[in-house]
Amino acid sequence: MTLSLFLVQTLNGLQFGILLFFIAAGLTLVFGVMDFINLAHGVQYMIGAYLAAMFTALTGNFFFGLMLALPSALLFGLLLEFLIFRHLYARDHLDQVLATFGIIIFLNQAVKVVWGAAPLSVPVPEVLSGTVVLMDGLLYPVYRLALIGSGLAIALLLYILVSYTRIGMLVRAGASNAPMVSALGVDISRLFMVVFGFGAMLAGFAGAMVAPILSVEPGMGDNLLILTFVVIVIGGIGSIRGAFIAALLVGLVDTLGRIFGPFLLRLIMDPSAASQTGRALAPMLIYILMAAVLFFRPAGLFPVRK
Amino acid sequence: MVLKLKWLATAGILAASIGAAQAQEKLKVGIMVTLSGPSAVLGQQARDGFQLAVRQLGGKLGGVETEVVVVDDELKPDVAVTKVRGMIERDQVNFVVGPIFSNVLQAIHKPVVESNAFLISPNAGTSNFAGAQCNPNFFVTSYQNDQNHEVLGKYAQDKGFKRVFLMTPNYQAGRDSMAGFKRHFKGEVVAELYTPLGQLDFSAELAQIAAARPDALFTFMPGGMGVNLVRQYRQAGLANIPFLSAFTVDESTLPAQQDAALGFFGGANWAPNMDNPQSKAFVAAYEAAFNSVPGTYAMQAYDAALLIDAAIKGAGGKVSDRNAVRAGLRKADFKSLRGDFKMGLNGFPIQDFYLVQAAKRPDGKFQTEIREKVFDDYVDVYAKDCKPTN
Repeated sequence: MTLSLFLVQTLNGLQFGILLFFIAAGLTLVFGVMDFINLAHGVQYMIGAYLAAMFTALTGNFFFGLMLALPSALLFGLLLEFLIFRHLYARDHLDQVLATFGIIIFLNQAVKVVWGAAPLSVPVPEVLSGTVVLMDGLLYPVYRLALIGSGLAIALLLYILVSYTRIGMLVRAGASNAPMVSALGVDISRLFMVVFGFGAMLAGFAGAMVAPILSVEPGMGDNLLILTFVVIVIGGIGSIRGAFIAALLVGLVDTLGRIFGPFLLRLIMDPSAASQTGRALAPMLIYILMAAVLFFRPAGLFPVRK
Repeated sequence: MVLKLKWLATAGILAASIGAAQAQEKLKVGIMVTLSGPSAVLGQQARDGFQLAVRQLGGKLGGVETEVVVVDDELKPDVAVTKVRGMIERDQVNFVVGPIFSNVLQAIHKPVVESNAFLISPNAGTSNFAGAQCNPNFFVTSYQNDQNHEVLGKYAQDKGFKRVFLMTPNYQAGRDSMAGFKRHFKGEVVAELYTPLGQLDFSAELAQIAAARPDALFTFMPGGMGVNLVRQYRQAGLANIPFLSAFTVDESTLPAQQDAALGFFGGANWAPNMDNPQSKAFVAAYEAAFNSVPGTYAMQAYDAALLIDAAIKGAGGKVSDRNAVRAGLRKADFKSLRGDFKMGLNGFPIQDFYLVQAAKRPDGKFQTEIREKVFDDYVDVYAKDCKPTN
């Protein structure tokens, strides 16, 4: 195991963390500001990927496809909000979970009807299709570096938006005490709609960005959704900053733990037992991390002040 | 009085219809495959392959009017059991053709083989049913699950690869796959890497492979996992390390992998470029009907239909004569698309296995092509544990 291998794996973990952050940012806002559990958030990631795949195929250019996919994902999110979610805000969490779970099943089947069951693929855009050599024998796609870059840019943008703008102030206020914000004359349902649409667009953006490296297929958001909930719980519900730190943390722990865990275990036990234990332990690592964080900080790393 | 008359009339109609049924037997086949979820493509291929055969035979198998019922097992064993009972009890099917996945097979095997129907698996072939738990009412037109993995292990051994890197998903089939590979490969296993089932981003594993510099990679990544692994493997510039795989590069994943998979190897009992007239006619007819290249899933289901056809014919069209039909299934007197085909004593095929390679056809579509024969008339390793009861 060399230093360069370790650095490459750190980069991989970072990239996974960025992906989680895109989805977690929207989810934590919707959960924190609106107190609404949206299991269908992962489906919006899938929709974003499908829209990007469709528009890229139509226009023949990934960036045009991305530009068309984003507003479409936004519109789709607003449509869902208008048709379904709006009627659930006042209901209790169980109703929300049931309804949004139903949406997952419905939309997973719906994309199959529209686009077919076979996975789709999107070519990596020409300008970013190059590779760099970070380590002997391994080419690192420039596109993945661009993904990390765009993630950092979005994180910065969100930080400015939430910390220094009027709408950001309202969002923060809403996360602390929504009824009070409403009592001060702010149209809370409009604020909710903006937050929701924005969250849906971010998830859609994540889907569109991974389309060139992962296959686009029904149910692709379901596995990520669980990890995303882990992220927002670790980060503190409603906190963008928490979501960012926690997403990177989960990404790094998951990737590095999976790869280097068995090596570390080999120091204290024999190889076959180490590989056995490592295989069983790796998927648990992030949940152990979550349990540890919650033990010391029950409201997450960066709790929103209530 | 009126009521009584009505009853009599109904009874009369019933009797008449039973009489008619006896005069001309009908064959009912229930297809149970996975038609929803990410793996639906495999089930669609099997369904289409079977129905193509029935259509080509004029809607008759063995000369008997045939009705086909198609059911989606949703890749859920519990759902599959309920639905298969429905097919047996309500629809009264004579054959159940299915499933695609081994976990579903484990669930539906007992209910079907203990009923009045035969179970013909067009894909899943687990070790337990090939060995000690073999059953006279269960037949397989595909392979024993280990065999495709063994092809790659044997190939790696023959080719003289010294160091091979193994990577599969962390579940039963993944662990079986590694065991199958190692049955014939005696060189050094550099690493056995298990990934979470359903993982789509392999960047961390690819870095490990690059660092280990093996002579070859062996992997088993069905469905979407395979699509992603192949594309990322190519993007990472690792394609100079031979890519040996089972169920990873085939006609169900190639439409999404495209150029990224070119030159990658797989193990199979058939490929669309199989050089015999019946296979060529099948591929042409399938492509004309469904506008996609058939994979082994379609081929094995097509062969399942031909097997039933031959068995019913052998029984003189007497669907209800189960012993005669069973004898016909054992005899397997039909022209398989893969040419060489015999039914073993355990109900699993004795057939040849090939190293196949992903290639692009002149018309721009992708398919696997046979490169060399690795096993000839290969009997699965569990067959010796099967003691047929009758």
